[in-house]
Amino acid sequence: MKRVAVQAGDFDVAAELAALEALGGGGVASFTGVVRGGGGLIALELEHYPAMTKVQVDRICDEAMARWPLLGLSVIHRFGRLEPGARIVFVGTASRHRTAALESCAFLIDWLKSEAPFWKKEHFADGATGWVEARVEDEVKAKGWNGQD
Amino acid sequence: MLTIVYFAWVRERIGLDEEQVARPELGATVADLVAGLAARGGGYAEALGDATRLRAALDQRFVGLDTVIGDARELALFPPVTGG
Repeated sequence: MKRVAVQAGDFDVAAELAALEALGGGGVASFTGVVRGGGGLIALELEHYPAMTKVQVDRICDEAMARWPLLGLSVIHRFGRLEPGARIVFVGTASRHRTAALESCAFLIDWLKSEAPFWKKEHFADGATGWVEARVEDEVKAKGWNGQD
Repeated sequence: MLTIVYFAWVRERIGLDEEQVARPELGATVADLVAGLAARGGGYAEALGDATRLRAALDQRFVGLDTVIGDARELALFPPVTGG
C-alpha cells in the first residue's frame, strides 16, 4: 500500500494509523508535524509547486519502498494557511520489522524537508511576515541517507 | 518559448507567478538564463542577483544551476525548499 496525498484539508491520524495497522505487519511507525506557536506567530502559509509536488513525493516514497521491506506507507502533506497547533505533515510506515518501520519513517520525513517543493512563510501578530530559511542541517541529514546501505 | 515559474520570495520579488521567455540559445545553462534575467534590474535583480540562494527544477525535476536547459519546457526558480 502506498498512499500519497497533498491537500489543503486536515487529516485523521487515527484513521491513517488504523489503515497501516490493518496491513498485518505487526509494526507501524509514524511522524506528525504540527505548526509550532510562540514568538507571536499567528499562521504559517505553505506554498508548493503543484505540478511537481505529488510526483516528487511519489519518488521519495518509491525510494523508501525500495530500501526497506515495507508493507505500506502513507505520506500526507498540507498546503495553504495553517495556524499554530494545526497538523502539517504525516508520515506512517508499516513493516514486519520495527527497524524498517522506524528508519523508513525517519528517512521519509528527512527527505520531505529537503526534497519536496514546499516553502513556508510565517505571519506574525504585528503584521510582519518572513519566509522560513532552509536549515543546512536538514540538507545534511537528507544527504546522510545516501551514505548508508 | 520557455515557461518560467517562480515560487516563494523569488515570486514575490519578481511580482509574477510565471512568464514565457524566448528559448535560450543552444547550450545555455540555467545559470546563464538567470544571469540574463537578473540583468533586467529591479525585482529581477533582487530575486535572482545572488544565484547561490537559488534552486531550480527543469520539467519538474531538481537540477543544478549549471544544467543545460536543452529542450525542457518548464523551468522553475525558487529558494531552498522548507517542507516537512
